[in-house]
Amino acid sequence: MNRLEIAGTEDTPKVILDKNEGLFEISGRSLPEDAAEFYHPIITWLEGYSKAPNTDTAIQIKLEYFNTASSKLILDVLTKCEKITGAKVLWFFSEDDEDMQEAGEEFSELVEVPFEVKQY
Amino acid sequence: MKYIYDIHKIMSNKNLILVYEGEFTQDITKSVLTMAERNLDSLGEEVNTKKKVFNVMVECLQNICKHSDIVVSDEERGAVFMIGKEEEFYVIMSGNFIKQDQVEGLEGKLHHINTLDKDGLKNLYRDLIKNSEISEKGGAGLGFVDIARKSGQKLEYNFEPVNDQYSFFAFKTKIARIND
Repeated sequence: MNRLEIAGTEDTPKVILDKNEGLFEISGRSLPEDAAEFYHPIITWLEGYSKAPNTDTAIQIKLEYFNTASSKLILDVLTKCEKITGAKVLWFFSEDDEDMQEAGEEFSELVEVPFEVKQY
Repeated sequence: MKYIYDIHKIMSNKNLILVYEGEFTQDITKSVLTMAERNLDSLGEEVNTKKKVFNVMVECLQNICKHSDIVVSDEERGAVFMIGKEEEFYVIMSGNFIKQDQVEGLEGKLHHINTLDKDGLKNLYRDLIKNSEISEKGGAGLGFVDIARKSGQKLEYNFEPVNDQYSFFAFKTKIARIND
């Protein structure tokens, strides 16, 4: 399966999805105007991956900011993770960032996948 | 030339740290955000306050972008975005034209948001995020719910009819500078 890598910009996050390396990471800022367009390849990749995943898959989400346009798509990404056997989500927030911690906790209530909200 | 001084005076009196008037696009949104962020950094603002201000700015600016194509007349077009810094609050203000037939719906949404407490807002956000369609460009009002949640304050708004077709939508949010 091909590695999906998207470099981060000032309004879109850095993405690395690599089955061979066991790396699954979305990090940075997510404020695109058209979030559906940005997240489409990520969702498609995860869909493909869910058909033949590694034994363990730790999906790391480390966001500094995200807009409401992204929030719906982040939920779609997490929903795709439900279909991946052996997947868990690690949601990171920086020290004292209560809003990002709360966002992680709320997402965890919306999906049926092992979910950890951790400070970094 | 006097209006230059007048504008300067208004901005100082109202404690406005940033004003942008004109066309709004995603690129302009990014520039305004960068400018505002530097401003907040140089003021040495507390991280949580800074993040909240940033979040509210993003939602406001992207809301404006959605209506940026409205031209009422040669003189009445574009939109305005402002940030004020008061002793206890940052004040984020925006103004843009919207179609008259959208006023009632928007006013209803904003009014409803203002009737909700913390948990009520959380539940509304949950419902909207679960049920809205991907293709919808955030038009479900998720942005305003998020602004209300992040600010912890009631939303302030006003609709000023411009003509039969359009109204000017003025919107204001306060972010407390000191966590209580």
